[in-house]
Amino acid sequence: MNVSDPDVYALDASGLECGYESQVLLQDVSFQVKRGEIFFIIGGSGCGKSTLLRHLVGLNQPTAGTVKFFGECFNAATADRQRELLKRIGVLYQGGALWSSLNLLENVMLPLEEYTPLNAAERAELACMKLAQVGLSGYDSYYPAEISGGMKKRAGLARALALDPAIVFFDEPSAGLDPLTSRKLDELIVNLRDLLGMTCVVVSHELASIFGIADRVIMLDKSLKGIIAEGDPRVLAKESTNPRVREFLGRGEDAAAPAGQKQPSP
Amino acid sequence: MLNLFAMSDPIPASSDPRVLLRTDGEWLRVELQGAWRITERRPLWADLLAGSDPAKVKLAWGRLDDWDSALLLFVFEVRQWCRTKNVLCDLSDLPDALQRMLRQLEVVNETRLVVDRSRDFLSMVGFAAQDVWAKTKEITTFVGECVISAVGLLKTPHKFRWRDCLEEMQQCGAMALPIVSLISLLVGLIMAYQSAVLMRQFGADIYVADAVGLVMVREMGAMMTAIILAGRTGAAFAATLGNMKAGEEIDALQTLGIRPVDFLVMPRLVALAVMLPLLALYANGLGILGGMAVSRGLLNIPPAAYWVETQSAIDLSDIVTGLVKASAFGLLVGLAGCHRGLRADRSAAGVGRATTSAVVMGLLLIIVADALFAVIFNLFGW
Repeated sequence: MNVSDPDVYALDASGLECGYESQVLLQDVSFQVKRGEIFFIIGGSGCGKSTLLRHLVGLNQPTAGTVKFFGECFNAATADRQRELLKRIGVLYQGGALWSSLNLLENVMLPLEEYTPLNAAERAELACMKLAQVGLSGYDSYYPAEISGGMKKRAGLARALALDPAIVFFDEPSAGLDPLTSRKLDELIVNLRDLLGMTCVVVSHELASIFGIADRVIMLDKSLKGIIAEGDPRVLAKESTNPRVREFLGRGEDAAAPAGQKQPSP
Repeated sequence: MLNLFAMSDPIPASSDPRVLLRTDGEWLRVELQGAWRITERRPLWADLLAGSDPAKVKLAWGRLDDWDSALLLFVFEVRQWCRTKNVLCDLSDLPDALQRMLRQLEVVNETRLVVDRSRDFLSMVGFAAQDVWAKTKEITTFVGECVISAVGLLKTPHKFRWRDCLEEMQQCGAMALPIVSLISLLVGLIMAYQSAVLMRQFGADIYVADAVGLVMVREMGAMMTAIILAGRTGAAFAATLGNMKAGEEIDALQTLGIRPVDFLVMPRLVALAVMLPLLALYANGLGILGGMAVSRGLLNIPPAAYWVETQSAIDLSDIVTGLVKASAFGLLVGLAGCHRGLRADRSAAGVGRATTSAVVMGLLLIIVADALFAVIFNLFGW
């Protein structure tokens, strides 16, 4: 895994076939994500966005194809090597997926405790900083049950960022959030990318986010079981030859205003 | 001029974090190199200094392959050291991103409040006492609600959710048959074995049938069935209702003006109160069968003689008292399960706790009620 080489793709999926048991949901899915890019996987409900994400991060094994992170094959690696690679990967789940028996600070500290040689004080400092980065300073000792849905998501993001991942996956970050909170989360994603140079892969169907922060998107389709469009959403909305893509993207184009800079940081 | 490497190896592997120290007049130039990963060990500032005491420190950006919070923590460490020693610290060479993160870390470090949630002994006792009072009120209210619902049910039986009730009956009754069969048969066997040893000494072999029959019908049939259902059904009630509460299904009922007790608790209570006596009756039969098998094998008593002896030992009042108890146990197990479920915390752990306490409370209530029944039946001479 070569994180520093700028020419290597952060994520390179080729010929992926995803599904559960005998049911194939996606076939021959290939795409590349550049370093520092904010990349969206979009599509209607049930088209396999979240399924693709689960297969990318190794929660499910693709039946065919390869997933490479920074040039290194992930899905065919040994279990030990996969664990090693997963340290450079962060995942934010839909509901935050915080561990309910731990408070926010402990939630963020757990990965640090497992994988770093830091002492307790350093872990706490760093975890506090991560919480502050997502706008949750002062909430260290709150338990997940005591905070709102948007805060849970942000805390989940702080936990995903704990090990300074090179690439972060977001599963429907704006689902269930009000437009303002959702926009703040989008801004946060852009800020983190600019500040830390992270690569962000976002699964979403929120048009405001897509037009606000996406550098590039792929659109999945349920009936074709694969990618039907790839590129800049603003261009796709106008110039795509596929009417379904234009219809999907066209509805939200004017509704969204950009939330931050769109150029990937060097 | 002094030139020293922080690491012992003069040309370290490119993936290690390295610090190059160089004194230049009163300045100590700290050059950062290599790859800094939070998951790897990083050089410590205190070790690098090794007792030396620079007057001014300058952090310099060297050939860095990769860096993350590990570097941030190192720079922070240097900065804090400089602050405490009142040493000038020059960070101007570091990139903006790192400086911004450093400021964030400093702000966090200064403003961090450690909230102490621990309580002293007295307030713990106080809270526990309040808790006991609150729980007592809660349980009383719940039983009250159930009584009101039961009265309502008698007035408007067509409003009762018979379908749910039948489904629950199947779940807690028919589906429990295998485990109830096994356990009651074994209980009958065990009792027959134990009493056979004793009875034989007096040549009273045939009275094994009396002992097994009476104990099964009056005590063990109802008790064992109730214990099985407390673990099987009481726990299931608590888990189901607890999950429904976590999923706001109970709230949805309330905002529709439907009382959760009517809708969820009554069908379950009725199901248990009806099915537990039936299961107990079945358990009685199997227990007697177990005793019969042991008597045949161990004591050579023919089954027909065993059956006649059993019939003469048991009269209808024994069976009825057993069934009355079973029905009461059913209500108690159902109440414990439903109450715990409806009062569960809205979290995964909350549902787990509700299930545990439903079983514990169910068992406790069964034993206490059994003792009370023993006293009452004794008073009336039943």
